[in-house]
This record gives sequence, structure tokens and C-alpha cells, in this order.
Amino acid sequence: MNTATPAPYWVSWEELLHSGGHWSGVLRRGTTLRMTDVMGGANVSALFYNFEDTSERYNMPDTLKAQHTAHLTAGHVCYSDMGRILCSIAQDTVGWHDTIGGVSNAESVAKKFGATRFQEQRNNFHRNGYDSLLNEVAKYGMGRRDVSASINFFSKVSVQESGALRFHPNHSPAGSYVDVRFEMHTLAIFATCQHPLDPDHAYNPRTVRLTAWASGAAPKNDPCRERCPENVRGYQNTEMLFR
Amino acid sequence: MKQQLTTSPRNPRNAQLDVIVAAGDPWMGIVKQGHYFRIVDLEGNQAVDTLFYNAHDVTERYSATDTVRGQGNLYLTSGTKLLSDRSNLLLTITADTCGRHDTLGGACSAESNTVRYALEKRHMHSCRDSFLMALSTTNYGLSKRDLAANINFFMNVPVTPEGKLTFADGISGPERYVELRAEVDVLVLISNCPQLNNPCNAYNPTPVRLLTWTD
Repeated sequence: MNTATPAPYWVSWEELLHSGGHWSGVLRRGTTLRMTDVMGGANVSALFYNFEDTSERYNMPDTLKAQHTAHLTAGHVCYSDMGRILCSIAQDTVGWHDTIGGVSNAESVAKKFGATRFQEQRNNFHRNGYDSLLNEVAKYGMGRRDVSASINFFSKVSVQESGALRFHPNHSPAGSYVDVRFEMHTLAIFATCQHPLDPDHAYNPRTVRLTAWASGAAPKNDPCRERCPENVRGYQNTEMLFR
Repeated sequence: MKQQLTTSPRNPRNAQLDVIVAAGDPWMGIVKQGHYFRIVDLEGNQAVDTLFYNAHDVTERYSATDTVRGQGNLYLTSGTKLLSDRSNLLLTITADTCGRHDTLGGACSAESNTVRYALEKRHMHSCRDSFLMALSTTNYGLSKRDLAANINFFMNVPVTPEGKLTFADGISGPERYVELRAEVDVLVLISNCPQLNNPCNAYNPTPVRLLTWTD
């Protein structure tokens, strides 16, 4: 596992994703975004859209069934509903990112952590995953119909033989990171609210550092591409857009 | 895993609706609050790709993530409460003679077929084509963006504790059924799956029967 930090001179930009905050931005093909769990125990709920046509977006079932996986880590890619690869996971020190847990909402957060308002709490009021994602997609002319199953980076939910879901607390130690390499011009939507299955009864979202650099898209012999014949074909579909 | 099977007391002779949906066809209809809706796997191991919407506000729809999180279990069966993307109750599964249904595998599409099987499979008929035709020829105001992760009734897609997703042999059989009670007025969208590349249905998509009862 390569834990080297990219040299500062080739970092395009760096930004702190504030605990509980939400964020959106365009990551061009050939950009890698490192998300670093600064404090440990982070959760980043993420949705991805083709920035050139946002009706094309990350599709949880297509991503899982193409790669015969229910979680994401290095070597996996994120498929759109159009059989193309929006982004790939080039490196990962965490080992498991959740795809099935979804996000918290206003009701579940109020029930778990107590009701709060901006009026009293100012910017410490409790945010929730669903409203955070909705808030960001709305900036691009989208709405509730466009919010579907997210990826929850840094969180682990495993499935027992009975089908029972199990959340793994303290899954991501401080300093963990995942490198997401963008294979298409992608609108990325992030929310840092706690995972909805996190049993912690304290409202305690964590800060995440975003670091972007120009890496180029996946090369010919890339492990994500060569992981399975499905991904070879997914890259063929994707590269037709950029020829 | 032991499957808990539950039968229904309802008699097809008293059904309000009783239709056969051929493989490769979509079906769309409203099921009223308090009414019961049954899907029968007539010949066994057919996949019935299904989505539900709140009939009075179709922007509210079935959510796989809310549903599995709500019950703390990945598989759908008797007792499962199907929740919306706002975590509201849409339907409850009241009977199930199959035992387990999938909600991670999604619907097949021309595009995902190129990835999963071969680039030359693009021309083949798919669930998403059926969904899109149903949405494009009705006036609910629904489009591709409303096609969230669906339910695959009668499909067996186990996830291992190590996080692998597997398409296992079907556990359904001829005349097995699942029955649901609508807890609000729901719009049902079905694609009776035409997939010819997946061994789950023995490469032989078959018809299903849909029934409703008022109580």
C-alpha cells in the first residue's frame, strides 16, 4: 500500500470538508481526488453525475452487479446507468466503503441527536445526509427525484448470512484515505453527516480533507481496468466519449 | 438459510384484477390503500423487476436503502415494510411462498448488458427499455431519473459476509407468490424481465400473473 502524500507542487487544490458540511464540484477526467479522514471515523456520502448530462449518474445496482461486489475498495469502479465508468478507486487504505446503507434524514437525526435549529445553534445545528445531498443537487437544477443510493466512503456495513446488516464502528482510523480517479467529467456531491447506522448517540460528524491533482485517466494496464472483463468493457464504453 | 414461508388466505376467484404479464412486457397500475397485490411466478425463477411510487406524489418512491436499513436486513420477505426515499411506509409484504427477494441487483439495461456480457448484446431487449416505454407512454411525468434501485421479486442475490455479491440459483418455483398490502395509494411499475444471458431463469423468461383484492 502506497501511503506517500502527493508532493505539494503538483496538488491542484486542497480544501477541508467541514464536519457536517456538504459540498459539490466538478472533477474533470484525469483528476484524482484524495479524501483523507482527518480525525478518524469519518463518513462521506457521495453521488456522482456526468457533468455534461446529469441524467447519467452513479448507479448502485449496475456498479455492484458488474463487479460482483457489495462494497467498494481499490480496483473497483463506479458505473453510471449508461454502462460507463464515472470514476475508479485507484488507492485505498480503508478497504471497504459502504454502498447499501443510504443516508440519514431530518427525522432520524432529530430522533437520535435531538431537534436543533440554526436560530439557537447557529452553524452547529444538526445536519442530515438526505437534506445535505438534496441541497447540493438543487444547485444544478436537480431535486429529490435525482437523489438515489449513495456511496458512503469510510463506512463499513457488512451482511451476515441471515441478511442482517452489521455496522462496523471505528472502521476508518485517522489519516485513512481513498483516491478516487475521475474517468469522465463528473459532478461530485458530498455530505459528511454520520452514517445512519452509526450507533454513536452523540452528534459527531468528522472533517475530511480533499486533495486534487492531475493524474491522468486510467492507463492501459491499470488494475481497475484489468480487474474483470466487465471493467475492460466499461472502459471501452467510457473511452468512446473521449476519442 | 431457513426460509420462513407465509401463505395468503385470499382466493384468486375473488380477485379484482387478474392479468397475465408476458416476459418482456411492462405493467403499470394503481393499487389503492388497504388493497392487496399479488405477483405469481407461474413457471418458476422468473425475475419481476418492480418499482413503487406514491400515487399522489410520484416524486416519492420506493427506496432500497431506506427499506433494508429500516428492517436491518438485506432480504425482502413476509413482514418487510417497503419504505420510500423519505422513509415513509408504502407497502408491507403480507405473504411470501418464495422466501427471499432481492433489492440490490437492479434492472438490466442495454448498457449494463454491454458491460456484463458483451458489447454485441446492446440490441437485446431489457427491463430498462420496458420501464422507459411504460414511463414514456403514460402521463405520470416520470422519466429515467425516477428509475431508482428496484426490487427483483423471486431473485436470489446473496451477499457474503466478505462483501461479495453473488447471483445464486433461484429459490422460487412454479406458482410461488408474494403478496403486498398497499399502505398508501401506490403506483406500481413492473418489468417482467426479458434477460436471456443470466442462468438465474434458466435462460427462459416466463409469464407472471398479477392479482389484486380490495381487502
